[in-house]
Amino acid sequence: MMPGVDGIHDLGGKQGFGPVEMETDEPVFHADWETRAMALPYGALAHVPNASTSMFRHAIERMQPAHYLTSSYYEHWLTAAATLAVEGGLVSREEIDERAGGTFPIAQPVRAGDVHAPPPHAARFHVGDRVRIRNLHPPGHTRCPAYIRGHVGVVTRLDGEWNVPDVEAHSTERIPEATYSVRFDAAELWGDEQTGVTVNVDLWDSYLDPP
Amino acid sequence: MTTEHHPIPPSPVERRVAALEELLTEKGYVPEGFIEEFTRTYESDVGPMNGAKVVARAWVDPDYKQRLLEDGTNAIGELGFGGPEGHHIVVVENTPDVHNVVVCTLCSCYPWPVLGLPPRWYKDPPYRARMVREPRVLLQEMGCDLTDDVDIRVWDSSAEARYLVLPERPQGSEGLDEDQLAALVTRDSMIGVGRL
Repeated sequence: MMPGVDGIHDLGGKQGFGPVEMETDEPVFHADWETRAMALPYGALAHVPNASTSMFRHAIERMQPAHYLTSSYYEHWLTAAATLAVEGGLVSREEIDERAGGTFPIAQPVRAGDVHAPPPHAARFHVGDRVRIRNLHPPGHTRCPAYIRGHVGVVTRLDGEWNVPDVEAHSTERIPEATYSVRFDAAELWGDEQTGVTVNVDLWDSYLDPP
Repeated sequence: MTTEHHPIPPSPVERRVAALEELLTEKGYVPEGFIEEFTRTYESDVGPMNGAKVVARAWVDPDYKQRLLEDGTNAIGELGFGGPEGHHIVVVENTPDVHNVVVCTLCSCYPWPVLGLPPRWYKDPPYRARMVREPRVLLQEMGCDLTDDVDIRVWDSSAEARYLVLPERPQGSEGLDEDQLAALVTRDSMIGVGRL
């Protein structure tokens, strides 16, 4: 059985992280290596077969949870770039370890098996429709955050069609599908007493069911 | 004591970046000058000054504001801004009754053409975890005071739309021209964690 791998990156609603640390006059990059780590994927991934933004995001999501939480955004990019460079055959594990002078941590292997594309279909919902978010826990990439699964929201905007990321990350297939902005009442999501707060989440058609 | 002759050795992450960059460059996968060009773009050409121009234009030109709210991508394109992470920009308007704030719980999606690259706190776990769960508490912690009668709309950029908040025009700014208005607009007000 293939266990689900709801990734550590899916942070909405997680507790215990403490205050947001803002920085006065923050520079765009804090160190030269950050710049280089961000630029590298753009240079290299054009050479990785079938590369896509979804595949790159999933490489970050496959990082060891402890590594993900204790490393910065740009280290995530570096780790994903190295992972896809190794998996895509641009460099070998041994080469990067040797050149880095020690173990170069890369992300865990892809656990998704065959990802079956949903049959292409027209938008099933309209602005004003109530929708229930499917209780999906796929082993691969998804852009359906865990904190809304099973909850009911209202469609407030139709955004046109974009490739389903769950397929794009794991396949050569590209399935365009309608996306929506769906509005949730925060008190209903979290079962608390907050008032006057909505959380608006953008979702692909195949993440939704009628209520 | 000086560190001049004893430079700090590279950190593990710096060694890893150098290792990957060297290997990919040697094998011809990273074009010459690519990293320098990338850095120049995001340090100099793209940043919140672009979004500030969009906001100021919307404040002085009602027709532009209407176009901006109906089709953000094209209205922003009128001012010459577009590119990566800007193929579908949705502009959400703050009013006396509604405050908008943007987050990406799954990664760090952000409207690069108008705001540049996101600040560190936007990408780190506390903001991503908390803004969808307790926005009223977190906004206050971040210095954005809202009275309880102001509704809050949190926008989680989980698909293709990237969000720009159109802040309220500050009181007392009636006599300012477009450039002076743009100078008042902060990055935080366009993310929605600040007010003007």
